[in-house]
Amino acid sequence: MPWTPSPRFQVGTMVALRVLIGWHFLYEGLAKLLNPYWTSAGYLAESQWWFKGVFVAIAASPGAVTVVDYVNMWGQVVIGLGLMFGLFTRWSAIGGIVLLALYYIAAPPFVGYTYPIPAEGSYLIVNKVLIELAALLAVLAYPTEQSFGLDRFLARKKSGSIPEPLAPAVLESTGHD
Amino acid sequence: MTDQKKPTGNEWLTMSRRSVLKALVSVPVFGVFFVEFLRKKAGDDVKRRALLAELGVSESGPAVIRNAISRPPGKRIRLGIIGYGGEGESLVRHAGFAHPDWIDEARKNHDDDPRDKELETYLGQDDLNVAVTAVCDLFDVRAERAIAASQVTQRPGGGAANPPAKRFKRYTDLLASGEVDAVIVATPDHWHARITIDAASRGIPVYCEKCMTRTEAEAVAMHDAVKRSKIVFQLGHQNRQSESHQKAREVVNAKILGPITLIESTTNRNSPWGAWVWDIHPQGNPQTIDWAQFQEPAARRVPFSLERFFRWRCWMDYGTGLSGDLLSHEYDAVNMILGLGIPKSVVASGGVYYFKDGRDAPDVFQAVYEYPDRDLTFVYSATLANGNNRGLVFMGHDASLRVSGALTVSADGESTRFADKIQSGTIDPSRPMFTYRPGSKGIDAVTSATAEYFASRGLLYTYRGGRRVSAYHLHIGEWLDAIRNGGDTSCNIDRGFEEAITCHMATRSYLEGRKVTWDPVRRRIV
Repeated sequence: MPWTPSPRFQVGTMVALRVLIGWHFLYEGLAKLLNPYWTSAGYLAESQWWFKGVFVAIAASPGAVTVVDYVNMWGQVVIGLGLMFGLFTRWSAIGGIVLLALYYIAAPPFVGYTYPIPAEGSYLIVNKVLIELAALLAVLAYPTEQSFGLDRFLARKKSGSIPEPLAPAVLESTGHD
Repeated sequence: MTDQKKPTGNEWLTMSRRSVLKALVSVPVFGVFFVEFLRKKAGDDVKRRALLAELGVSESGPAVIRNAISRPPGKRIRLGIIGYGGEGESLVRHAGFAHPDWIDEARKNHDDDPRDKELETYLGQDDLNVAVTAVCDLFDVRAERAIAASQVTQRPGGGAANPPAKRFKRYTDLLASGEVDAVIVATPDHWHARITIDAASRGIPVYCEKCMTRTEAEAVAMHDAVKRSKIVFQLGHQNRQSESHQKAREVVNAKILGPITLIESTTNRNSPWGAWVWDIHPQGNPQTIDWAQFQEPAARRVPFSLERFFRWRCWMDYGTGLSGDLLSHEYDAVNMILGLGIPKSVVASGGVYYFKDGRDAPDVFQAVYEYPDRDLTFVYSATLANGNNRGLVFMGHDASLRVSGALTVSADGESTRFADKIQSGTIDPSRPMFTYRPGSKGIDAVTSATAEYFASRGLLYTYRGGRRVSAYHLHIGEWLDAIRNGGDTSCNIDRGFEEAITCHMATRSYLEGRKVTWDPVRRRIV
């Protein structure tokens, strides 16, 4: 008999995934904010693949680098808080996906590309950035914030109706295939 | 479920306690995050503060930066350029007169690679309020090129255009013309002393390229002449302006390294250009080049040779090879940071091992200098046929200092001074305890391997208040400041004398195959 995870387990997993990604984003952002010497310039300057030109041009312009650095640092902090607390979760997840996609296309681990800063693992096309991106897609696809997040309060206020606890139902419907 | 009932009145109040708790599920997680974050930050801060207090240096730029506040250039200075080859053209450009071809090429390079900021840096230079009024070069094409550069209209810092420079076939006529207030000497080394001594006798300030002279006797004569005349003299070691070298001096003065017993400086290049196989101009021939004059002060007279004219560094008749070219830079950097002066002795060796193109200047060269008064050895090690970048390292009992574009200080695992801090984990000897990267916000690329070599040594660019500036420009600016306002230059004739003698000791040791020493009383290499 196939094992069927309980809805509780399914929802718990999705909430944990969301909160952990939030934790990661929040700390990445804060660590950058607190390091006066941090800049994205080095990462951008070593960019490869189709978008190399754009990223290298940004790295070469002190003004653009400053803007990118601020957007990146504060973006990570805000997205991290959003995911962790389940507040504006959909937009936080979308923002996170956009940022991760930018990190990925700036330095994709494709065959033939090497980077001066060695990765801490071994990657071929798929790296941790891409996996985190996919995980955020899952967070987007199976929302939990309406039950387990501050969005619950917002939704009640806005619509005047109490939201359905979507996640278990959705997960259940896709649980046996 | 209670959650699904229709809301009535104030929904917030109607939410069950259970659903409110569910909505706030992340709060304890955030609590853990917050506590742990503060714990980590406090720990890191304590570590950093303890370390910086122990080291006695700041993370910011060097405290004292020459030229940080540029004084308004009052009187216009009329410059003469003697020797407008690669280096001469570069110096004139850094004085504010780039040849139009160079601007076109720099613009193209920037379009190809936006990280290339040569043009931006050039156009951001201050106007030094100088005019290039006279030029002397033995190759017609280069003299014409200098004249073209002297009258360019696109000037950095809003400088005005000037009338074309006058060409002189002999430098003596240029010095006697009354058309110049100061001269830049960028000829091959065998001409430096003669021109500088003649300029000094007329009271004309000199900016002279390194190596200061080709021989020991010339160094003594030039030192005496400049001292006697009291002209403002600057030797072309632009690394004196490098922010990371100035920071390195601060680190050494703070005695972080403990007793320094060994300094290792190196040159690794691996390209024909880096080995002085420079372009031979297609228009170079006995009609366009004054060959007889070129070899006037040379030790030997040889028939006309394009190789010797355009690639003069390959022959000891005109220079001293690695010794005068790159050891001189490395030595001057070390001398600037430590104030070493002339060594007691040296043993040098090497040979022409890779570029067997008829040259007699070695392409692999090592020199070991002893400073018994300072209890240290200074080693220079070079090859022109390998690009393994080894950098410049000061090795002390307590820490090592590595100087390149950036500066890194790492504690030694067996340090006495840092033993407690290593034990307690405040200092990790496997990681730098201090790094300083000038102008770290924003990066830039340099194109050729040789340019990269120079950039890593602080020889091309440095930073002032985070802005990239050319070290050459600052070095020339400092010389002009001293001419206008008095004061000393950072690479004055005494530093130049130390540089020249130190290099010539190695050259002599190499040529004679023996250890040579310096007699400070009789001022002679023996």
